[in-house]
Amino acid sequence: MTIAIVDQGEAADPHARPVDRPFPGPASKRIVVGFGFWIFLLSDFIMFSAFFAAYAVLSGETAGGPSGKELFDLKTVAAETAALLASSFTCGMSALAVQTRQFGKVYAASFFTFLFGAVFLGLEINEFARMVAEGAGPQRSAFLSSFFSLVGLHGLHVTAGLVWLSVMMGQIATRGFIRTTMRRFLCFALFWHALDIIWVALFTVVYLMGAAK
Amino acid sequence: MLGKLDWSAIPFDEPIPLVTAVILAVVIAGVLGWVTVKGYWPYLWRDWITSVDHKRIGVMYMALSLVMLIRGFSDAIMMRSQQALAVGGAQGYLPPSHYDQIFSAHGTIMIFFVAMTFMVGLMNFVVPLQLGIRDVAFPTLNSVSLWLTASGVLLTNMSLVIGEFARTGWLVYPPLSELKFSPGVGVDYYLWSIQISGVGTLLAGVNLVTTILKMRAPGMDLMRMPVFCWTALAANLLIVAAFPILTASLAMLLLDRYLGFHFFTNELGGNPMMFVNLIWAWGHPEVYILVLPAFGVFSEVTATFSGKPLFGYRSMVMATMAICVLSFMVWLHHFFTMGAGADVNAVFGVMSMIIAVPTGVKIFNWLFTLYGGRVRFHVPVLWAIGFMITFVIGGMTGVLLAVPPADFVLHNSLFLVAHFHNVVIGGVLFGAFAGYSYWFPKAFGFPLDERLGKAAFWCWFIGFYVTFLPLYAVGLMGMTRRMQHTDNPLWTPWLLVSGVGAVIIMAGIGFQIAQLVVSIRNRHRTRDTTGDPWNGRTLEWSTASPPPFYNFASMPVVEGIDAYWTMKARGVERVEHEYEAIELPRNSPTGFVTAFFAVVMGFALIWHIWWMVILGLLGAFVTFMVFAWRKQDEYEVSPDELAQLEREHAEGLA
Amino acid sequence: MLSGLTNTGVLDPQGPIAHAERLILLDSTAIMLAVVVPVIVATLVFAWWFRASNLKATYRPNWAYSGRLEFIVWSIPALVVLFLGGIGWVSSHDLDPGKPLESEVAPLEVQVVSLDWKWLFIYPAQGIASVNRLVVPAGTPIHFRLTSATVMNSFFVPQLGSQIYTMAGMATQLNLQADRPGTYPGLSAQFSGDGFADMYFDVQAMPQAAFGDWVATARGAGPALDAAGYAALAQESSKVAPQTYRGVDPGIFDKIVGMQMPQPEGQQNAPNATVSPRGSN
Repeated sequence: MTIAIVDQGEAADPHARPVDRPFPGPASKRIVVGFGFWIFLLSDFIMFSAFFAAYAVLSGETAGGPSGKELFDLKTVAAETAALLASSFTCGMSALAVQTRQFGKVYAASFFTFLFGAVFLGLEINEFARMVAEGAGPQRSAFLSSFFSLVGLHGLHVTAGLVWLSVMMGQIATRGFIRTTMRRFLCFALFWHALDIIWVALFTVVYLMGAAK
Repeated sequence: MLGKLDWSAIPFDEPIPLVTAVILAVVIAGVLGWVTVKGYWPYLWRDWITSVDHKRIGVMYMALSLVMLIRGFSDAIMMRSQQALAVGGAQGYLPPSHYDQIFSAHGTIMIFFVAMTFMVGLMNFVVPLQLGIRDVAFPTLNSVSLWLTASGVLLTNMSLVIGEFARTGWLVYPPLSELKFSPGVGVDYYLWSIQISGVGTLLAGVNLVTTILKMRAPGMDLMRMPVFCWTALAANLLIVAAFPILTASLAMLLLDRYLGFHFFTNELGGNPMMFVNLIWAWGHPEVYILVLPAFGVFSEVTATFSGKPLFGYRSMVMATMAICVLSFMVWLHHFFTMGAGADVNAVFGVMSMIIAVPTGVKIFNWLFTLYGGRVRFHVPVLWAIGFMITFVIGGMTGVLLAVPPADFVLHNSLFLVAHFHNVVIGGVLFGAFAGYSYWFPKAFGFPLDERLGKAAFWCWFIGFYVTFLPLYAVGLMGMTRRMQHTDNPLWTPWLLVSGVGAVIIMAGIGFQIAQLVVSIRNRHRTRDTTGDPWNGRTLEWSTASPPPFYNFASMPVVEGIDAYWTMKARGVERVEHEYEAIELPRNSPTGFVTAFFAVVMGFALIWHIWWMVILGLLGAFVTFMVFAWRKQDEYEVSPDELAQLEREHAEGLA
Repeated sequence: MLSGLTNTGVLDPQGPIAHAERLILLDSTAIMLAVVVPVIVATLVFAWWFRASNLKATYRPNWAYSGRLEFIVWSIPALVVLFLGGIGWVSSHDLDPGKPLESEVAPLEVQVVSLDWKWLFIYPAQGIASVNRLVVPAGTPIHFRLTSATVMNSFFVPQLGSQIYTMAGMATQLNLQADRPGTYPGLSAQFSGDGFADMYFDVQAMPQAAFGDWVATARGAGPALDAAGYAALAQESSKVAPQTYRGVDPGIFDKIVGMQMPQPEGQQNAPNATVSPRGSN
């Protein structure tokens, strides 16, 4: 958005523009869809921020119960991180294969994306179950409520992502690499990588900082 | 089997909701019956319910809003009359449990289902037309947003008849809204209604931001966009940024209530103050979401009816975006009295005053738009002038409340209530009515009756002051808000006058209903054949009234601000163009069906009917799958068809 | 009708805090009216003068920008806001609820608990307590510590000045003073449920000697505010007549803040309740 500086004294026209770069008109569907999904992802980040804020406020409210330092097993967290990062990598491979319309590679890379994502979820559910069994469930204290919600929200998104990935495989299998399918896969890839970004923030703020206290 | 639901949920022992329910049932049955007998269902399904056309969706949003205005206003009349009657020992006709639901429902409905719904509808209808394009970025998603909003409306209204509504005020502060102090279903009705419609609103925000930033007619740089589109952009950016906070806050309260979490409980470390912070971090941007489009309407109206361009376009844009950003930095002024300390209070007080600067700039620029113009006093202009007078008073009391020690004696009083009604009615509602009168001929092809419109305006304008000026007084006299009865005889005369004011406003609403009926009856006589009844300046006036389903046969090329005014000045000829085929989105029942399952899920969650929740979830998922696998999502209009349609329209004009 | 406006409530200050706050209200309003009134007048004048039928008015169809006007238009609100912001900053600090009042008289300590739906006032130094009536010596600064036994409320005596929220699990602070003997109405300013409208109380300011008499009388009669007494008080009730307690368990306020006193039942019903009980008394 440039504002031409046309010297007309007091009546400088903010609406004039250099002739060589007129606004081209509505963008293509691919750009519109990608942009719209980005905006949606940003809104999702803000929702996570609210839960991060709640965690920050409540992280000390253990109500006489266990704290993060006592509960967190950093080895599990490391494994979860590895699984999620790996699935992001294979997702990238899958996205590339989609661009080049190679069915086999897409299925293979997506399979591993799903697998690593499921491993992540499995480890996390296991961790939650262990904590609940030890009496450190979300009802125990405000700290635990905020922990389970924040990490759980991320886990819920991962679960939704796995469902989405399965649907995408169905779409590719039945419809092939039509533009609609490719746009949707692009959105899925954005989503999956975004979850990775959130995870990085999550394990830093929650696990690393929690364990260091 | 049916969770917490049993026959005791229906208020057989409470005459008011019971009678209301019966009347509503009769009216709804009557309307549905009439539609069936007349055979309108196929038309309604095809052209409205499954429509993904932004114009249809916008109209449906606004229709929903106007119906909810009647519900919200009924609550208001009940509140005013109760407070006028229940004085000095008298208990009035509404026991506390009932009164508390009424003021909670009043606020919830007015903000979420009248103001938000109307503004989203208006932006939906106008923005693509002003941008010179054919629809929003995601038309099917648009339909989903509309119907999810309707789901929220339905659930909230169901609470009148089945169960109860929240009794906590419209922002459900904990600990009062926690299970311990509100064990009934009321708060759950509120929470699920707002969560469901909140998703709809958020998606609408994404939709409109994408549309405005990525889809405009060729040549329309951002600095050539009509100011209404700028305010729409700012409002929708706020929606995208703020509504996730609402979703998160209410989700936390839901987790507390349903799964025994401790975000906001009194025990085990919960922090109710955090809820207050989070909810207002959403709540303050929310009021700017409401008022910015109203500001946009006034910009369009003052310019058009003065016969001059809007004064200070660049300033207006900067002021709009400044308000957009600043609205996120003032939230604490809603709870200065929570004890944050002098430094924090002072900072937020100053920030709240700073936001008055760009707002003041806008008022001045509208003044200078009128200056040097040839002002034609049609109904939209009356609303604009009424707004300018009323809103500055409301803004003044707002800046007053932004001085923390002043707020210390006025917080939660009727002075506060008068202030926010001053800005919401004077700003948002007057803006809505101005937009309604201004764009009605464009949407329907005939204007609204001017005389009845003016009568409505005067009733609203005078009625507003008669209702709310006494409330400023009684707030200064120490009366706080949400009182089911009062015991101070000094307050009573003011409350009585206020009650009279509410009746005057009711007359205004009566005139508006009459106006609609009369205008529809006279439509053949008053039909607008030009498409441009007001000598408008922006692109929507270059289309027919109502616009064809494709808006523009060929997309206009924009060469400056006030694109249509420039076109008219140069002489627009309806020449037979070389048309290209255009693609338009297909209608889809996705929105409506998704919303149906949302209602099922919401109702089931409220009443703890878990199997129904799963059913609803599955239904929504299947709906989504059906949508994902549909083969044809667009249809084509051939150049010949376009030429034919355009020719028919031109002949109609001649 | 108008006399009620100026001899009750916020416009009838009876203490230093209220006086200062009324001054701020009136001054700020006057400053803003200096802008608001001309704007309203200008709106009406411009709209009328430039009405389409008035051919005497100069039509300027292309006048849409003026750098000079823009400068003024941004400056006026900015200056007003600068001024008011200064008032806001300074007064926020001067009138911070937690700031002790300047006085040669030693402050009286009062602890306040909001319950459903009445007010409890504890006098730790005097060892007594009072429900729904706050008796204080006139001309003496009162230092309040406040909490809630249940949900959020707001302690507010309009003629004495600032209100402050009461919240469970924490103590807020307030400093007020009643300059002259008299009775001043108080209320809760944060909605707290069905009995909210009856949550009013009296502030009775009296000469120091009379205050001493009242304390002595209170010590001689009435129940004790021990665990049992508190538990009885904490039950839901409204329109509670003022009463006093002749003795107070030491540290009871801190126990209430620490949520160690028996928690009131709350507006509880059976766990599967659909509709909350209809109000109380």
